[in-house]
Amino acid sequence: MEKNIVLQMNHIMKIYSNGVVANEDVSIELEKGEIHALLGENGAGKSTLMKVLFGIESPDEGQIILNGQEIAIKSPQDAISKGIGMVHQHFMLVPSLTVAENIILGVEPKKGGVFIDMDRAISVADEIAQKYNFDIDVRSKVDEIPVGIKQKVEILKALYRGADILILDEPTAVLTPQETDELFIQLEKLRDSGHTIIFISHKLDEIKRICNRATIMRSGRSMGTYEVKNITTEDMSRLMVGRDVVLTFEKEAAKPTAVQLKIRNLSVRNGQGVLKVDDLSFDLRGGEILGIAGVEGNGQSELIDSITGLNKSYKGQIFVKGTDIEKSSIKDIRNLKMAHIPEDRMTSGCAGNLNILENLFSNQYTDPEYSGKMMLKTRRIQERSNELIQEYLVKCKSFRQNVAMLSGGNIQKVIVAREFSTGPDIIIANQPTRGVDVGAAEFIRKRLLDFRNAGCAVLLVSADLNEVFSLSDRLAVMYKGKFSGMFTDVAAVTEEELGQYMLGLKHQEEQEGVIYE
Amino acid sequence: MLENLLSPDFFNAILRATTPILFAALASSVASKSGITNMALEGIMLFSALFGVIFSAMTGNFFTGLLLTMVAGGLIGLLLAFFVLNLKTDEILAAIAINMMATGGTVLLMLAVSGDRGSSTSISNFSAPRIHIPLIEQIPFLGQILSGQNLMTYLSIVAVVVMHLFLYKTPLGLKIRAVGENKNAAESVGISSRKIQYIALILSGVLASMGGFFLSGGYMNMFTKDMSAGKGYIALAASAMGGDTPVGGFLVSLLFGAAQALANIMQLTEIPHELIQMVPYLTTLIGLGIYSYAGMRRRQKLAQKA
Repeated sequence: MEKNIVLQMNHIMKIYSNGVVANEDVSIELEKGEIHALLGENGAGKSTLMKVLFGIESPDEGQIILNGQEIAIKSPQDAISKGIGMVHQHFMLVPSLTVAENIILGVEPKKGGVFIDMDRAISVADEIAQKYNFDIDVRSKVDEIPVGIKQKVEILKALYRGADILILDEPTAVLTPQETDELFIQLEKLRDSGHTIIFISHKLDEIKRICNRATIMRSGRSMGTYEVKNITTEDMSRLMVGRDVVLTFEKEAAKPTAVQLKIRNLSVRNGQGVLKVDDLSFDLRGGEILGIAGVEGNGQSELIDSITGLNKSYKGQIFVKGTDIEKSSIKDIRNLKMAHIPEDRMTSGCAGNLNILENLFSNQYTDPEYSGKMMLKTRRIQERSNELIQEYLVKCKSFRQNVAMLSGGNIQKVIVAREFSTGPDIIIANQPTRGVDVGAAEFIRKRLLDFRNAGCAVLLVSADLNEVFSLSDRLAVMYKGKFSGMFTDVAAVTEEELGQYMLGLKHQEEQEGVIYE
Repeated sequence: MLENLLSPDFFNAILRATTPILFAALASSVASKSGITNMALEGIMLFSALFGVIFSAMTGNFFTGLLLTMVAGGLIGLLLAFFVLNLKTDEILAAIAINMMATGGTVLLMLAVSGDRGSSTSISNFSAPRIHIPLIEQIPFLGQILSGQNLMTYLSIVAVVVMHLFLYKTPLGLKIRAVGENKNAAESVGISSRKIQYIALILSGVLASMGGFFLSGGYMNMFTKDMSAGKGYIALAASAMGGDTPVGGFLVSLLFGAAQALANIMQLTEIPHELIQMVPYLTTLIGLGIYSYAGMRRRQKLAQKA
């Protein structure tokens, strides 16, 4: 078959001002009408390479050749005008605007020279949705549509702007298996209609399923481009991390002990008054990991916020080690030896402009071991910081480095180190390995398992099914604020089945008043 | 007292007192929609009140005076934008600087121009005219409220409609709202958030300056020291309580205007003058308190209802 190269990036070199070599002599070649995987750990340089392609960063060396012509891409706007579109991992949508308004934002059709022609906006948006078989009501407001649809809106936005090359940054991270299937069908259609898709992912099985070729990156270098059908997932994994990764854990049977966390008839509404947690009751015991799977936005965040004391307007009761925490401050709850790994590490997990040491001690600076009556015991804290940095394999120059300067995986390690170093009895882990590279994720999961073996109670909320499957002793599926399913024999559940529970297609029989003990 | 409250004069006074707050509330809403709190409204109004007197006296008519004042207001908005967006000054600190500069600067300027440090009585300025609307004037009661207002009062109500259409029906309005709500999203489709915020702040300055112009060329017919008297801050509250929408800001401005008009009438009573002067500010404080409390209760109720 005649190769039809649409884009080449040759010998790209990018060194950030802080001295990090993000890309070193990276080359990639895209054929027309292929889905090309870009695979690598966090910090491997995938994002940087794509930022160069999308005009967010300019390369220090190297050339970009689009349709046989060398080009310079100066800004995202420039990239868009050259037919390159990007769907960011964190959606770039304005929640209070409609789907149509988001699609036309920046290129609004006008009427009378002054006003937006909203009728035409809706019809063009509708037209483009129909053309690519996207089943979307373009009149609905973005903050009222599910994540899967939001992603489609992002793709439509790029297509509306005439994108031939589409960069998708970890598109399946927030999707259910069913939504993922739907996305893949759509991506295949786009590919068949001549679009070129760059698919950034860590998920090897997805790459196997949908991608034609894969370029694997490690430590800022390209490890080569492979025909996906000619390479095994084990080989891909090895090229990515340079060693074999344990994808499943050997674990002993759980030995549940006393109830550490007791939730009774918990209901929570969000700021808009929508019922997010609906009369939920369950127990969490020491020595077990209770996994909660579910599509995001089904009440997981509200549940966790209530348990950890961030949200106080709830109905029902929450007991931590027998203490009703209704009137307890977050500090009181933490003093009951509860640790919390928050969902969003940048907004609630760390203080980005403080250094590693300051972040590591933000939850224990009053501990007499680290603080005297007036002053902090600086030397002791520094020693301990170095220990933690080594123990948790945080890649950094020193503890004086600001946390925001680290890669996502390393920031997460700092947070995990902080939370685990207090010797918790209860760990509330919300998406503990999201956006974290395979090596760091494996490390964090192992630690969770170690704590469980030592008798700690672990509540694990995760969108990563592989993770909840491999770690959970009991697995609950959360759908519309309730547990649509609770499985005590995790090994017997299939991923498809779980997906059906996650989407509410299936639910275990009437559960009014049921307490999951 | 009661008959004063029921007379058309009182309602007429409400609209008059609402006008400066309304202009400033609109100024606040456009800035807020773009994601910036424009706390410099107070200073812009005070400067504009003086500029209005000077410019209209210089040019010999109110209209050119108003236009020049609006240009000056826009320039102060531009200055604020430059500090906040280019020099990355904290938006509150930059606004405080402008407000303090207005307090001292207007007195200095007035002294230089008129030789008086208290008021501008020696300058013969030109106010915006009162407009009598032919047919409406004839309607009993209502006619006396709606007709015979200052031109600026009518302009302020027109501005509510224009700003509503601008924010919700034009491409630029859409961009302003998009930038204010999710800057990254706007940037990702090639909108320059800096440019949009510049435009919003300049527009905000122009609107606030119209309110300032009314103070010395409509509400009163001269400039007096510190005559904005916190109206810029009251307008910030009005805009926030109105959800930063032009129409919402209008309704809350009417409430605050009523408080001001009430204070004016109460001066006829025995109550000490100092207490009465507190009324508009007290209303603002109580209003904000109720607004926040209601919001809190609503959230709690929603949580309890579960």
